[in-house]
Amino acid sequence: MPSISREEVAHLAHLARLDLAPDELDHLAGQLDQILGAVAQVTEVAADDIPPTSHALPLTNVFREDEPRACLPAEAVLAAAPAAEDGRFRVPQILGEEQ
Amino acid sequence: MTGMSSLTRARASELATAIKNGEVSAVEVTQAHLDRIAEVDGTAEAGVHAFLHVDADGALAAAAVVDQKRAAGEELSPLAGVPLALKDVITTADMPTTAGSKILEGWRPPYDATVAQRLREAGIVILGKTNLDEFAMGSSTENSAFGPTRNPWDLTRIPGGSGGGSAAALAAYEAPLAIGTDTGGSIRQPAAVTGTVGVKPTYGGVSRYGLIACASSLDQAGPCARTVLDAALLHTVIAGHDPLDSTSIAQAVPDVVAAARRGADGDLTGLRVGVVKELGGEGYQAGVEARFNDAVALLSKLGAEVVEVSCPHFTYGLAAYYLILPSEVSSNLARFDAMRYGLRVGDDGTRSAEEVMNLTRGQGFGAEAKRRIMLGTYALSSGYYDAYYGQAQKVRTLIARDFEAAFAQVDVLVSPTTPTTAFPIGEKVDDPLAMYMNDLCTIPSNLAGNASASFPAGLADEDGLPVGLHVMAPVMADDRLYLVGAAVESAYAAQWGGTLLEQAPALEGTAQ
Repeated sequence: MPSISREEVAHLAHLARLDLAPDELDHLAGQLDQILGAVAQVTEVAADDIPPTSHALPLTNVFREDEPRACLPAEAVLAAAPAAEDGRFRVPQILGEEQ
Repeated sequence: MTGMSSLTRARASELATAIKNGEVSAVEVTQAHLDRIAEVDGTAEAGVHAFLHVDADGALAAAAVVDQKRAAGEELSPLAGVPLALKDVITTADMPTTAGSKILEGWRPPYDATVAQRLREAGIVILGKTNLDEFAMGSSTENSAFGPTRNPWDLTRIPGGSGGGSAAALAAYEAPLAIGTDTGGSIRQPAAVTGTVGVKPTYGGVSRYGLIACASSLDQAGPCARTVLDAALLHTVIAGHDPLDSTSIAQAVPDVVAAARRGADGDLTGLRVGVVKELGGEGYQAGVEARFNDAVALLSKLGAEVVEVSCPHFTYGLAAYYLILPSEVSSNLARFDAMRYGLRVGDDGTRSAEEVMNLTRGQGFGAEAKRRIMLGTYALSSGYYDAYYGQAQKVRTLIARDFEAAFAQVDVLVSPTTPTTAFPIGEKVDDPLAMYMNDLCTIPSNLAGNASASFPAGLADEDGLPVGLHVMAPVMADDRLYLVGAAVESAYAAQWGGTLLEQAPALEGTAQ
């Protein structure tokens, strides 16, 4: 069972877009290691020829008629946004200055 | 039915009949519950703290509409005018919806969930939104960003989770009905530790439209109540196909009300019951096992044929769940990106969108949400995917096959709902593995998608706290839960001289 290092935890936090304080990283590293050790139990089960289940219902391709329907009014959606401008979501800069 | 106390102690079915017959108005019933909430609910610091938001004006207005309809001679639906507590993970256009998270504090959704809409159409009065573990992740309601809910049986103990607010509201007589959601036991475990009834319908039985997702392949909303018949009446209101949820089952809802009425006769002759061998023994509190054994003996006495059944892969349920669930969580919670709704931190004109996203998520999510996002990110990352997530999905297949084999032999399966009774607040909050053990018995039904419920089964000798009987039925055989639950309920009522909750210590005026 692999042990998870503090560096790996920091990398995971970056992938998950979570800004974590150094003490949070230390604490989480220990806990994740402990949890992963416990859930590694699944690897004991002989299941090579068993198909995976991603969903409890045997559903495939649920269709509806392709008809235009009313959507939520833009004002109602923007009212709940952290920032809006000119009828749109206002977001922080996405591209760097040199781009 | 006069007097405030009798209105808050009445069953939902009794209240509906009294309102229909004009013995009491829906406004009076609603006011009595609002008064009770003011009396006992308190704050994050003291009292039950079942509610995050109480909408007194909205509730009284909805009740007044029911009274007007009655006055106009209109036909009322079966639960019209009855108050309800709604778990705050279900969107409501007229009330804030937080999912127990700072990242959604103050958010007003632009639309009602299908469950909320169906409640309103049925004339049910929504009193407010109940507390929960953040994004429905936890077994104690301590992971709420807005402070814990306390168990009405003992305010120093947890009410279960994630739906601790809904269960506590019922046990504190703040509402006769509540809605919960169950991803790994979040309806059933709180029901067990508060002495109430909680049903997780078949996956796809109740629409998930407007239910803020925890793990989409496991989440299921369901009814919570103090009696089995009340839960069945509420089940009928919220269940059924919804074209807005592509995983909603397009079949008739099982007749759970008829099953609850039939069960109340207390005759289970011909019913085959399987006791799951793997759900008991080491790690289970003695008082829980004793009450469970009593319940099994009672089922035999009521005419059921009881056998022991083995479900060998249930042992791996917890491990598979804590790979599958965090994987789905890490994906679902990616939508909280500080751009379209909710909290935004650090948008000062110098930071990029990605930096704002990192800061917002770092400050907006609590410890358990972060743990699960990280765990899921790990389980889905290349190099570990096959060994962890892929393998967990195979174990999920084996657990579903265990259920299939068991249901070929018996009509329902039973186990304790939880390994222990309610534990003290703070005891397990920073010990995730110990906390996860709470859901040992309830998780297999989420992985397989079948229907399950918890019913009051007495008090543990060592601490005098409630124990739950867990009943599991096949997919779309939800009616069997109600048959068994009602039979056990009526037999115990005769034995105890009332409901289990009537044995709870008084909770008068704790908020003052």
